[in-house]
Amino acid sequence: MIEVKNIFKSFDGKQILSDINAVFEAGKTNLIIGQSGSGKTVLVKCIVGLFSPDSGQVLYNNRNLHGMKNSEVRLLRSEIGMLFQGSALFDSMSVLENVMFPLTIFSKESTKAKLDRAHFCLERVNLKGVDNLLPSEISGGMQKRVAIARAIALNPKYLICDEPNSGLDPKTSLLIDELISDITAEYQITTIINTHDMNSVMGIGENIIFINKGIKEWTGTKEGIFNSSNKTLNEFVFASDLFRKVKEAENFAQSQEG
Amino acid sequence: MILDALHRFGEYVLLIYRTLTWPDRWSVFVRQTFREITKLGVDSIGIVLIISLFTGAVICLQMTMNIRSLFIPAYAVGMSTRDILFLEFSSTIMCLILAGKVGSNIASEIGTMRVTEQIDALEIMGVNSANFLILPKIVALMVFIPVLVIFSNFFGIIGGYIVATFTDIITVAKYEYGIQSYYKEFYIWYSIIKSIVFAFIISTVASYFGYYAKGGALQVGKASTNSVVISSVIILLFDVILTHILLQ
Ligand SMILES: Nc1ncnc2c1ncn2[C@@H]1O[C@H](COP(=O)(O)OP(=O)(O)OP(=O)(O)O)[C@@H](O)[C@H]1O
Ligand SMILES: [Mg+2]
Repeated sequence: MIEVKNIFKSFDGKQILSDINAVFEAGKTNLIIGQSGSGKTVLVKCIVGLFSPDSGQVLYNNRNLHGMKNSEVRLLRSEIGMLFQGSALFDSMSVLENVMFPLTIFSKESTKAKLDRAHFCLERVNLKGVDNLLPSEISGGMQKRVAIARAIALNPKYLICDEPNSGLDPKTSLLIDELISDITAEYQITTIINTHDMNSVMGIGENIIFINKGIKEWTGTKEGIFNSSNKTLNEFVFASDLFRKVKEAENFAQSQEG
Repeated sequence: MILDALHRFGEYVLLIYRTLTWPDRWSVFVRQTFREITKLGVDSIGIVLIISLFTGAVICLQMTMNIRSLFIPAYAVGMSTRDILFLEFSSTIMCLILAGKVGSNIASEIGTMRVTEQIDALEIMGVNSANFLILPKIVALMVFIPVLVIFSNFFGIIGGYIVATFTDIITVAKYEYGIQSYYKEFYIWYSIIKSIVFAFIISTVASYFGYYAKGGALQVGKASTNSVVISSVIILLFDVILTHILLQ
């Protein structure tokens, strides 16, 4: 479980996050949603400690990350898998080497076992036959999938995904969502996903926090999101035509029943 | 300005402090180091060879023209060509050139890794990114730049030899006699010691500028230029200091 308490963060006097509180439970897919520029990436970077917040706490199973010794932080981080918005693959290494990398550094298993694990992860994200290509030689969507494979290679306890399906086609997108949601339930991972994709929200949004301009506006589940009365949330959710029509149809059906 | 420089120096020291620890995985470290030796060192042999050959030739030509005098024996040409190469050219000038070639390469590589979040990715995995990325480069350069310097000494001498062979301004015999007379073995050690220090400067300064790059491709380019300028100035400064210490 990851708990975020009263996080404030500013850059050069510009307030980016104000008093964020949230609880992300294990075994659930926790979503952070919000417009572009609302502070989602900054928030997850505070959560993993790449940024230190101006004030506030990030608790990993009740231990505060921003009060740990360096060695403790490093130990904790070997249990975190993170997917960056821009993939952040090592560009001098092949696809397979990228996925092997965390295993080479941390796993004490045999080379054969590590290779098997890497191949298993690549298969789970539907990638075959690209083992020896460099990241620059595959498409952006494939890079994303390699990055996911790398993030799950060590069976992380915590999985943080910054926009796992931006730049993916709807089908692969769905596949990735399902994959993340499956492994989350299977291994009781604490998963946090940044997204502004409403399909993901409706698909896997078990616990959703909505951030607008650095302020947490709303918390709930995918079931609650349609009927929320929060104005900014409604604007965000129904910005898409499709969802507006779904909502209208639903209202219509309800009025018919009533 | 001064505050900024102090701030940067502090960052540099902290980075070096984080870099100079035992690697987490020796096998990975050794592999990385060999990769760096190939990429940064072996690939520089060509340029070292060409520059040294030509410079040796030019020094020999200029010496002949400048010290044509009754009172100075002809073999002095060989002797002074050798000393210029050993004392200054093959270590200091060569390292300035390498600061341009190798240093900019290091700074842009690490800078790109910084701005594309690859360094963050390493940190998130619990890897000491400074140690993982920078230490192999430091070791590779400190091992291989002295080798390049010895190459440079050798090919510089060959350059002069070619001049002696193909022109009639100095005979081969006198050149040969010259490069062997008043030979001080310590000059070789002096150039090796200097080059080891310069290797450390090139690798760490370039790594520092890359590691703290911010922004995008444009800033990486700037970081790489800055690293070349700053490391060149520091090399020249240490040239004076080391010469004072070693040759007094
Ligand atoms: N390193 C930084 N320095 C200064 N400002 C930053 C930095 N990182 C982010 N910001 C600012 O913080 C704000 C929030 O950025 P953030 O990347 O968190 O948005 P986001 O919600 O992830 O958007 P997107 O959906 O487009 O990824 C932006 O206004 C951005 O300019
Ligand atoms: Mg973002």
